[in-house]
Amino acid sequence: MKEVITGAEALMRSLENEGVKTLFGYPGGSIMPVFDALYDHRDKLNHILVRHEQGAAHAAQGFARVSGEVGVCLVTSGPGATNTITGIADAMIDSTPIVVIAGQVGTQFLGSDAFQEVDLVGVTQPISKWSYQIRRAEDVAWAVSRAFYIARSGRPGPVVLDFAKNAQVDKVEYEPATVDFIRSYVPVPETDEEAISEAVRLIDAAQRPLVLVGQGVELGNARSELLSFVEKADIPCGCTLLGLSAMPSAHPLNKGMLGMHGNLGPNVKTNECDVLIAVGMRFDDRVTGRLDTYARQAKIIHLDIDPAEINKNVKVDVAILGNCKETLAKLTSRIHAAQHTMWIKSFGEYEQIEYDNVISKELFPGEGPLRMGEVARAVSDATGEEAILVTDVGQNQLLSARYFRYKHPRSIVTSGGLGTMGFAMPAGIGATFGRPDRTVCAFMGDGGLQMNLQELGTIMEQQAPLKMILLNNNYLGNVRQWQAMFFNRRYSFTPMMNPDYMQIAAAYGIPSCRVMTREELKEGIARMLSTSGPFLLEACVIEEGNVLPMTPPGSSVNEMLLEC
Amino acid sequence: MEKIFYTLIVYSENIAGLLNQVTAVFTRRQINIESLNVSASSIAGVHKYTITVWTDEETIQKVVKQIEKKIDVIQAHYFTDDEIFLQETALYKLSTPELQANPNVSKIIRRYNARIVEVNTVYSIVEKTGMTEEIISLYKELQTAGCVLQYVRSGRIAITKSCVERVSEFMSDREEKYRQAKLDMR
Ligand SMILES: Cc1ncc(C[n+]2csc(CCOP(=O)(O)OP(=O)(O)O)c2C)c(N)n1
Ligand SMILES: [Mg+2]
Repeated sequence: MKEVITGAEALMRSLENEGVKTLFGYPGGSIMPVFDALYDHRDKLNHILVRHEQGAAHAAQGFARVSGEVGVCLVTSGPGATNTITGIADAMIDSTPIVVIAGQVGTQFLGSDAFQEVDLVGVTQPISKWSYQIRRAEDVAWAVSRAFYIARSGRPGPVVLDFAKNAQVDKVEYEPATVDFIRSYVPVPETDEEAISEAVRLIDAAQRPLVLVGQGVELGNARSELLSFVEKADIPCGCTLLGLSAMPSAHPLNKGMLGMHGNLGPNVKTNECDVLIAVGMRFDDRVTGRLDTYARQAKIIHLDIDPAEINKNVKVDVAILGNCKETLAKLTSRIHAAQHTMWIKSFGEYEQIEYDNVISKELFPGEGPLRMGEVARAVSDATGEEAILVTDVGQNQLLSARYFRYKHPRSIVTSGGLGTMGFAMPAGIGATFGRPDRTVCAFMGDGGLQMNLQELGTIMEQQAPLKMILLNNNYLGNVRQWQAMFFNRRYSFTPMMNPDYMQIAAAYGIPSCRVMTREELKEGIARMLSTSGPFLLEACVIEEGNVLPMTPPGSSVNEMLLEC
Repeated sequence: MEKIFYTLIVYSENIAGLLNQVTAVFTRRQINIESLNVSASSIAGVHKYTITVWTDEETIQKVVKQIEKKIDVIQAHYFTDDEIFLQETALYKLSTPELQANPNVSKIIRRYNARIVEVNTVYSIVEKTGMTEEIISLYKELQTAGCVLQYVRSGRIAITKSCVERVSEFMSDREEKYRQAKLDMR
């Protein structure tokens, strides 16, 4: 005989059925039956109590990004649910698999403006991969399995389950469900063999090919397929911000980061190459700059799992749909081995220009205040390039991403598409749970740190071993830089008065230190990394530093400013 | 790019809230929907949306892919007028005294092959099924005759010129492949 249990208990079993071991959440009225059921599942389901539901959503994202598993959050209806919205939107645009389970008022109250009722499905439909209201206990097993299947398959994304209170308490004859097919949903489109042939022809004939590496390579676990491909064809690569750890920084074919604040070489060469091969990236405007001058000279091959990305921003010559793990392998088996020595060497000139004008000043300023780039590189070096970088948004993000070095896959967690300030601390917490075996370093600005400052409470309670590096410039630096460049240095509301962060850390019992000089920095990093558990390192950095190089908005990808 | 009148046919699962998701794709791109019709299709449980818009080919291709990306949308296709049979229906409420006073009105109605479906002492209702242009031009003539009390035009409905609904092939193909994959796994 089947067991009769509550919908809330069915949720617990369904989560365990999906292999969930960690969830991030916050209780409240209309999710209480679920939290009550959770009380008996604490041995198997590790629930991390955050301090704000936005933190739960970003923690689930951080967890998912580093582990490759689905991140889960559990929140109450109304304000609990709306507090997760930023995280859902962020996960949508950055293709992160999370499942947000929110309480909802009982179905008898739906539509009546009941206490803490929000039309969550209506609100989240445009920013989620799927959102569904569970109205009956009988639907729990099916809906949960479908949610996880949708979140993790194909191009991953956030799924919302809006769980009506009556469905939590009603009884059901529980039977586990496994959804692995939805007739209206094609997670991985079929690959057109003719497109492969056409791409092989173009690649074999290319004199100056360039590969653009996106997060799709990470999501598809396709590092070795990517490396086999680019090594056989001898093609230099540029990585998007989210794709930075898709190939090792030290790989000779890795020519650095693409985009507005990326490296000069791959950006300039985008407008010089003859064949451009984009793998698992979506030609975001921060990557392409001005579209009507973008790679006009090149034949473009686009490998992506999402048909809606093809020709969305950039018209391509060959579209190869499918999982890049398979499509890259297909290409590799059919292309001829090649050598593009001169072409690869030609990047050197731009690397030198960037080094002389930008990198050396950022890494080795000699004297004067600390710079964000040197702090990031020092931390990266001290971890033997083994650490995971989590960033907030702003100058701290772009400079830490630029100067950190990546050895292993899934080593950068940053809010790319949405640019969510306040992301790093909770995402960093999630990352420490997703990969407890790795060092997790979260770089933040003084603005962003304060946007989810309350999560220090979570860190304290969990002793989450997050290494927090505050790059304090006493400014909303990124906006200040734009004001300096495009608004006549009118610093409208970007200078900011800061609290004493050492006292804040102390209040939470989190060890910390503040560094101003290069010697202190070295010592501080050593202390941070030798301290077990969390640590806050505040680096007081140059106040009016700039992120360079830069493709100004509206400029072509190859028109990068080296100074401003 | 040149704007063309397109008809989109979208097949979806019969799930509440999907209409919002479909129309949101147009709203985000600031495209006005000219007409919209939702009904059952010849396949059990499958709903069919017929949507008309003015836009260019590049945009319609993107829109179709973004609609198809919704989990519960089965397929979406776009057509130009020469690829489909299409119809619209309109109802015209006329004042019966005016209708009787002006013999021209009955002539107009007959000329347009429209039908009178209701007559009482106060008003009469005329129904016309056809192409947009005829329906509008009938309205204009009746309006000129000064007897129109109310007028309403339906959304366009359309059927493709191919024999079966493409979507049924698509779905049986998907189910077959899934079964095959399961067998291969054993
Ligand atoms: C939630 C949110 N609000 C506003 C912004 C706009 N914004 C982008 S960068 C930035 C400044 C960030 O300042 P800080 O955190 O100190 O970082 P810095 O650039 O100084 O390193 C702002 C306000 C944003 N990206 N996210
Ligand atoms: Mg700052």
